[in-house]
Amino acid sequence: MTASATLPADPAVLAPPSLGRRLRAAATSSPAYMTAILILLLLFFTVMRPDTFASTFNLRNIFLDASVLLVISIGMTYVMIAGGFDLSVGSMLVFAGVAAAKTMEALGGDGVGTVAVGAGVALLTGLAWGLFNGFCVAKLRVSALITTLGSMGAALGMAYLITDGNDVRTVPKALIAIGTGSIAGIPALVLISGLFTVIGMVVLHLTRYGRHTFLIGSNAEASRRAGINTAGHLMSLYALSGLLAGAAAMLSLGRFATTTLEGHATDPLEAVTAVVLGGTSLYGGRGTIIGTVIGVFIPAVLANGFIIMGVQPFWQMVVIGFVVIAAVYADQIKRQSQDR
Amino acid sequence: MGTTADIASDADSPAYSDAPGNAGDAILQARGITKSFGHVEALRGADFSARAGEVTALIGDNGAGKSTLVKILSGVYRPNAGEIFIKGRKVSFGSPAAAHAAGVETVYQDLSVAQDLSPAANMFMGREKLLPGLLGRLGFLDNAAMRRESLVAFQRLKVSLKDMDTPIASLSGGQRQSVAICRSIMWARSVVFMDEPTAALGVVQTGRTLDLIRRIRDTGVAVVLISHNMRDVIQVADVIEVLRLGRRIARMPNAGITVQDLVGAMTGALDSETEEEVAA
Repeated sequence: MTASATLPADPAVLAPPSLGRRLRAAATSSPAYMTAILILLLLFFTVMRPDTFASTFNLRNIFLDASVLLVISIGMTYVMIAGGFDLSVGSMLVFAGVAAAKTMEALGGDGVGTVAVGAGVALLTGLAWGLFNGFCVAKLRVSALITTLGSMGAALGMAYLITDGNDVRTVPKALIAIGTGSIAGIPALVLISGLFTVIGMVVLHLTRYGRHTFLIGSNAEASRRAGINTAGHLMSLYALSGLLAGAAAMLSLGRFATTTLEGHATDPLEAVTAVVLGGTSLYGGRGTIIGTVIGVFIPAVLANGFIIMGVQPFWQMVVIGFVVIAAVYADQIKRQSQDR
Repeated sequence: MGTTADIASDADSPAYSDAPGNAGDAILQARGITKSFGHVEALRGADFSARAGEVTALIGDNGAGKSTLVKILSGVYRPNAGEIFIKGRKVSFGSPAAAHAAGVETVYQDLSVAQDLSPAANMFMGREKLLPGLLGRLGFLDNAAMRRESLVAFQRLKVSLKDMDTPIASLSGGQRQSVAICRSIMWARSVVFMDEPTAALGVVQTGRTLDLIRRIRDTGVAVVLISHNMRDVIQVADVIEVLRLGRRIARMPNAGITVQDLVGAMTGALDSETEEEVAA
């Protein structure tokens, strides 16, 4: 079933698109605009406060602050490209963090072994919540918004029940060492979230798993007719989102040395903001991981820059709120001009 | 797709000696298909056959059972009773993917394409080509090969797309349909169903699509055309099968047939037996 050159084809037509064409296509994409905005922001704050904003210490802080959100935003990108939604990422993170912290507390010990068991528990509990979401959305066909809204409440409630509402603050020293350590000047947390990002990028854009994610988001019925197991794939995407929330939980524990029960209520909204700013379509079928990375850093840089310049940091929320609306509007205009 | 090209010039369709009944060279044959939805009998023992290298038009009034029959033959529905033979071998499709495996492809009326992806990604939807070796086993796509083979498929049917590397949302409606049609022919080894392919097209595009249908027929597969447009049917069909009230009531070669003849057959005016239309 291959067209193994049965016909001589014009090599000029067969040639892959030239570098110039690819660059032009990339330059007019949403991530490109957002990258330009990010660079402008960086330049602006650097010029305004060269000593404080552009210092290594401050840039490290921006990256560290973004690393936890980045990991859950990777999962959100996959789910949203498939046309779904996951409001439960913050609560899954808290639940997985609590489960891991309680396990490590019970085990005692400050070594790497305890941390490894805790990480296993965090990943498994995140995965379990993700599978539950996926089962409800893909098999029971409950809307993604309602399913993940429900598990957002349920997972957080269960985390409070387990802890009686008090944060667990006994975190093994080995984990804190990872959370505060760095390799070659780069914080370990940043390296870990960077690793997740690169893997997420490769799988999404180069593998069949990623291709099916785009296909399902673009036309689920056509994908089913083409023999793709759409329900199974959708379920695996929510499971992936849960798994990444579990990984983010360990990063958060390492950074803050506490379960931060109250700290993740707005995580899903921040993740959706990042994904949408990065050019992923709310309607599914389009998106990139690099866009999401940019989308995570624009609010982070803005918040940091405002604080350093002495502007009320609440302005960041105001600005980002309007920018998100503008980004979605731009996406709609783009679609309308294409769908003739 | 090499397999279809091999028999492209054969005027004679291959014979299948082990085929049931007397339609010895029917690549697709269905006998006594029944299908009910609740109390509604959509098909009441329908027969159908299509030969390689021919366009078989399937016509019938609304509610005659055309779309139900096509959905059964392409694996979307299971029949309540009846037999389906492909190249003389009895088959039973539980899904469109099972029909694909038997070389049966469908061009859906809604085209069934992913607007956000490239032509090549659409051509290989659900049947992606992976890289050789370890990377392929890890699920890595061979995009270059898929693009190349898509282009060969387009060229074979003389379809030239304005852009191979953007989402097909930016193509015209006619070009998107060409992608859907080329996809079906790239994978079909026995039968291509085309469900109302000209319904949404203008005059010029309709002409192009009919040309495309002829070129597909000439590659040696059986083309089954489902259409409401009797002029299209007369222009392009070799054989016309008429379905009425869930049964095949006529199978006639397209020679000297007029639109009036077809309308008569569909509505029952030509049916010499009983079942005359009750004037209401």
